[in-house]
Amino acid sequence: MVDFISSLLGSANFRWVLTGSLLLGFASGMIGSFVLLKKQSLISDAMAHAALPGVCIGFMIFQEKSLPVLLIGAALTSLIATHLIQLIVNHSRIKSDAAIGIIISVFFGFGIVLLTFIQQNFTSNQAGLDSFIFGQAASLIRSDVQLIAVSSIILVFISTLCFKEFKISIFDPSFAKNIGINVKFFNGLLLALVVGIVVIGIQMVGVVLIASLLITPALAARYWTDNLSVMAWLGGIFGSISGMTGAISSTMIGDLPTGPMIVLSASVIFFISLLLGKSKGLVTKAVKVR
Amino acid sequence: MNAITVQQLKVIYDKQPVLQDVSFQIPSGSLTGIVGPNGAGKSTLIKAMLHLIPRKSGDIHVFDKPYAQQKHLIGYVPQRSEVDWDFPTNALDVVLMGRYRQIGFFKRAKQEEINWAKSCLDKVGMLDYANRQISQLSGGQQQRVFLARALAQNASIYFMDEPFAGVDAQTEKAIIQLMKEWKEEGKTVLVVHHDLQTVKDYFDHVLLLNKTPIQYGETQKVFTLNNLERTYGGKISFLDKTPAILQGGE
Amino acid sequence: MSYTFWIILTGCLVGLTCGIAGSLLVLRKMSMIADAISHTVLLGIVGAFFVTQSLNGIPMLIGAAVVGLLTAYLVELLSNSGVQSDASIGVVFTSLFALGVVLISFIGDQVHLDTKHALMGEIAFVPWDTLQINGESYGPVAVWMLGFSLLFNILLITLFYKQIKMSTFDPQFAALVGIPLTFIHYLLMTMVSFSTVASFNSVGAILVVAMLIVPGATAYLLSDRFLHVIILSGAVGVLSALLGYLCASFFNVSIAGSMATMTGVLFSLAFLFSPKHGIVFKKINSGYEAIKVK
Repeated sequence: MVDFISSLLGSANFRWVLTGSLLLGFASGMIGSFVLLKKQSLISDAMAHAALPGVCIGFMIFQEKSLPVLLIGAALTSLIATHLIQLIVNHSRIKSDAAIGIIISVFFGFGIVLLTFIQQNFTSNQAGLDSFIFGQAASLIRSDVQLIAVSSIILVFISTLCFKEFKISIFDPSFAKNIGINVKFFNGLLLALVVGIVVIGIQMVGVVLIASLLITPALAARYWTDNLSVMAWLGGIFGSISGMTGAISSTMIGDLPTGPMIVLSASVIFFISLLLGKSKGLVTKAVKVR
Repeated sequence: MNAITVQQLKVIYDKQPVLQDVSFQIPSGSLTGIVGPNGAGKSTLIKAMLHLIPRKSGDIHVFDKPYAQQKHLIGYVPQRSEVDWDFPTNALDVVLMGRYRQIGFFKRAKQEEINWAKSCLDKVGMLDYANRQISQLSGGQQQRVFLARALAQNASIYFMDEPFAGVDAQTEKAIIQLMKEWKEEGKTVLVVHHDLQTVKDYFDHVLLLNKTPIQYGETQKVFTLNNLERTYGGKISFLDKTPAILQGGE
Repeated sequence: MSYTFWIILTGCLVGLTCGIAGSLLVLRKMSMIADAISHTVLLGIVGAFFVTQSLNGIPMLIGAAVVGLLTAYLVELLSNSGVQSDASIGVVFTSLFALGVVLISFIGDQVHLDTKHALMGEIAFVPWDTLQINGESYGPVAVWMLGFSLLFNILLITLFYKQIKMSTFDPQFAALVGIPLTFIHYLLMTMVSFSTVASFNSVGAILVVAMLIVPGATAYLLSDRFLHVIILSGAVGVLSALLGYLCASFFNVSIAGSMATMTGVLFSLAFLFSPKHGIVFKKINSGYEAIKVK
């Protein structure tokens, strides 16, 4: 076992995957904290699902599986998805939860249609496109992982830079406006950060479960602290632990899909936090009551 | 005889007590206004009395029997904002909901129940709107549909949560008319109310509430400047108008 | 009976069954619970497989109902402990779904169940998986299961029509007049779980979500009466299935995906052109009123 792990660590490719999943987990845990407090967890799920048709369209236009092209497609369709949710909620009696559900299922369904269309009509190069659904760390090549790693660092950097502004504009938007913060800009920036996570995360975690990487570590962190900056860092740490454990276990045990393993690791962390969390954990509360 | 007895009611929300040490008795046939500042727990009080939200402790008795056995005697007019008026249904249908106990668990509404519901709509001047979709009604009309539904319940005790909030003159008149009729029929009415100027006109009893009852009793005795100041604390910004309030607007 | 007939019948039954159950969820503002349950039943199906070692209809229904109710229960539990409801839905369903997907990988190639199948279904295989009793074939299993769920839904909605309607419109008043809210809630959850698992095997999670939410929302834009919304929702489901099948066979693409896309197309049409609530007519009306005011 130990030999196996050390031989894994010896493989350069695996080291890259590990670094990528660690950084991706960190960025998504941190940005997820903002998303959670902004009560947009499920919107992020819609954005993730909506990335699938974008990936397919990117492929259909340029006819090659070059990552940047696919990711631009993904970013575009997930932005369109959020705007459509807004449009439905603002212009009809449909409530936001149904609007989100509509967008998730229809965009994803359309993505599947495009995927099967590509499989029928584009003979070369399409292999691996459906790994975007559940993610496959094993299929990542070095340049993909480098892209993930570098982008994650940029996303973390932006979040730390604008931390104070995010905090105020999420907590009290009208006050934020009052003291001269451009709330609209920071809402848009947060949206862009989420799109960033979705886009770089879908290859590793897949469109179906990437939202979980935004929601679960951040929610777990919430059980340990009432302080937003602690929460964001803790969410980041939980996210990177999940990313690493998921990547390692899926590589070690032959056929396991990476995305679901990362999500399961995050769920375990969440479950432990739910029970033992320092400020809100159920057991902790019960002990305190006594 | 007491219509309602509340003993040591306590409600907490998120570890904070919202209501505590609430004990009072409401005589049968009285018309009580529940008055207090924003956040005093007025709506919470009636919801807790109706067992719609969990209580930390406390018992509610109706005609000297536990509330759970007397539920059928209770009628309720919630705040209008508590339901989604986009719901696909019409006014008559909402009023028929008040006849649920009479119609029975599995049965459909018989013609006589429909006629009953229509007569209730008629009483609040809404018969012409029976088949109107509820989202197409004005705020006051929606409130009158709720009143008709309560009327359809044919209860002995009525709870109303801010019925006068944001309604037109016609609806206000209908509410006052209804309260009078109920009183004449010997029914007991409890109303969460926020307009201090009309308290003296509308209610013969007043419960002054601020997280705990400050005073309860007949309006003339209890609705005094001293008690109002105790209830509202420093928030009493209408002090210059107070004499008018205390006299009532007859 | 022909191969195509069974596929179209299956699609229509999915549309009808899920459309009816889903319209109630949309009206109760619980669409995302539908999303959650339709993902987590995968765990129920895999669980049932691990217990019985076969993909048999009845254990699957039971497994799915158990996990469906568990999903609803856990979401409730988390929300009550102070987690925002959308985050609790997100955590519960992604966890249980991920668990289901990981467990599937352990099943390997022994049976026809894999992750792709879980999302997209294999409606094309439905006609071959027939119900066999004493060597006689009685039509596809999927059709039987869907028929059963459809009857189950119709029966429950008929029996508890008033209760469902009242608890949806004004839960507090419903509680006051003695309607058992929790019972009605879990009744609906059972309906959704059954509809989901019956559809899941043939059309996969994603079409189930689409058929649960989108026809209900579409019908809600078209009608102002509770019963009509339910019936219309079923009709929109069937129509999406038919149109979806046509498109899928024309372009030779995924049948389930194409049906899901069609629900979206029909929704967009209602969103734009519904006589009462469509934005086009609203625009025209407000323009008309502006003229009248002048």
